Amino acid sequence: MVDSAVLHASVSELHGMLTQRQISSEELTQAFLERIDLLNGKLNAVVTVCAEQALNDARRADKRLSRGKATMLTGIPLLHKDIFCTQGIRTTCGSRMLEQFIPAYDATVVAKLKAAGVVMLGKCNMDEFAMGSSNETSFFGTVKNPWDTQCVPGGSSGGSAAALAAGMATLVTGTDTGGSIRQPASLCGITGLKPTYGRVSRLGIIAFASSLDQAGPMARSAADCAHMLTAMSGLDAGDSTSADLAVPDFFSELSGDVAGLRIGLPREYFNDDLDSSVRAQVMSALSQLEKAGAQLIDIDLPHSHYAIATYYVLAPAEASANLARYDGVRFGYRCADPADLEDLYLRSRSEGFGEEVQRRILVGTYALSAGFYDAYFNKAQQVRRVITDDFRKAFQSVDVIAGPSAPGIAFRFGAKQQDPIAMYMEDIYTLAVNLAGLPGLSAPAGLINGMPVGLQLIGKPFEESTILNAAHRLQLDTDWHLARPPIEEWQP
Amino acid sequence: MSISQEDVEKVALLARLAIAPSDLPEVTERFGRVLQLVNELNTIDTEGVAPMSNPHDMVQRLRPDVVTGGDEREALMASAPQQDRGYFLVPKVID
Repeated sequence: MVDSAVLHASVSELHGMLTQRQISSEELTQAFLERIDLLNGKLNAVVTVCAEQALNDARRADKRLSRGKATMLTGIPLLHKDIFCTQGIRTTCGSRMLEQFIPAYDATVVAKLKAAGVVMLGKCNMDEFAMGSSNETSFFGTVKNPWDTQCVPGGSSGGSAAALAAGMATLVTGTDTGGSIRQPASLCGITGLKPTYGRVSRLGIIAFASSLDQAGPMARSAADCAHMLTAMSGLDAGDSTSADLAVPDFFSELSGDVAGLRIGLPREYFNDDLDSSVRAQVMSALSQLEKAGAQLIDIDLPHSHYAIATYYVLAPAEASANLARYDGVRFGYRCADPADLEDLYLRSRSEGFGEEVQRRILVGTYALSAGFYDAYFNKAQQVRRVITDDFRKAFQSVDVIAGPSAPGIAFRFGAKQQDPIAMYMEDIYTLAVNLAGLPGLSAPAGLINGMPVGLQLIGKPFEESTILNAAHRLQLDTDWHLARPPIEEWQP
Repeated sequence: MSISQEDVEKVALLARLAIAPSDLPEVTERFGRVLQLVNELNTIDTEGVAPMSNPHDMVQRLRPDVVTGGDEREALMASAPQQDRGYFLVPKVID
């Protein structure tokens, strides 16, 4: 019988136990599979469990461990967001369109983590095509937040965040196009990093908005995220936008030293619109960093307000082009008994895509259509540069920019579902980071009424180490990241 | 700029999406709300600003035009909803 503490242990702790043969990867994997079995009926965080394959991975990891050839991640159980193509394993992207889709290849992220020796337990639920901030758009049903099962886990990587918080895996992957790692990390009380655009290969990640999409690690701590990011990153010949830059060992860069670190607080984030309880928690986290030697400096990001309008032109426009490939012919859902080719296209797409995905395709198609291209798409690309320049200027006087990850704590199911704009506002603090291609993370900053809230740290391009190190300092000085949801109090 | 039901139907056709007549008023209303949101872009002066399509202003990297992957025809065709002898099947197009 495996001690339940291992379900919430860090990578370093488990690596120590595995290398000292206190536990085998097979035993560990079995414990996590049992945990998934126990909780998934309630949480719906996992859409596909790969028990047999996971146990095979684990036995292979145990052999590697016994040969002394292990990496930090060898034998560590992980769940992938169901947006990453996994060879021979169904990859749905949360959509009816891909309900039966079995990829012929692994995403680069999947292949790299596999090469490091992780054990893949299965695939996590998500908002359909990563379009949503609550996991309510998934074809496979909503994911429940383990801190309060009446509430959403955030999205779109909500299944990943909920699974990690509930101890169903040690590590999970996510993707972030406008906040889809950071907002659910905030709402579920975990640490999640969106790397710089180009740091991690996008090959094999089902495309949403190609100039914004990035995959990243979600884990219990900045240190665990660092281990994972090292394994995930790097130039990939299969992604022409992946960066040709050396990948540091992100973990070894965590000195914990933040003396003299200049942290900018944008006046536009800390204005009167910010919920006072969120402000109090975020400031309490920042004052911890100040105590450790960081300097807090007020800054301006004058065009922050335009991020949401810019994003909701560019992301749907790119999505409408990317999702044109789902035509009911080559792969994916096909309607029954099409009358002709036109009917096949129309019905396969309208039956295969959910409401939010269709709305974004419509908006994107409109923004790209003749007569509107200049007014919407071109204009939004211009404003994207203005927003990016704001960050560039701010980073001349600060090393890190801080703010909330989300405007509030997890909300109840249905609370924002009827109003697309209210839902879009969930990402008000995260969208600009994607537009500017910067790295950003969310780290736990305590609880409000028993529900987690996150601190967002934004870094200069390719300086993930700086924000990971600041979060690591915070996690050396506080125990917010160790808080666990009250799962044991659930009614059977 | 508001949007009419006719406009929405036109865009839906371009996007190859079928909207049920009973859903059209609501789809139009929500579409209009999104447009209202993005119309805020008109309040910012971007005269002379170059559009940005990549956050690092990266230039497309090219590779030599050589075959790198193996023949995966069978594996890839396996995902097709309907196929026969290496062809994707669709409803009859030409009478």
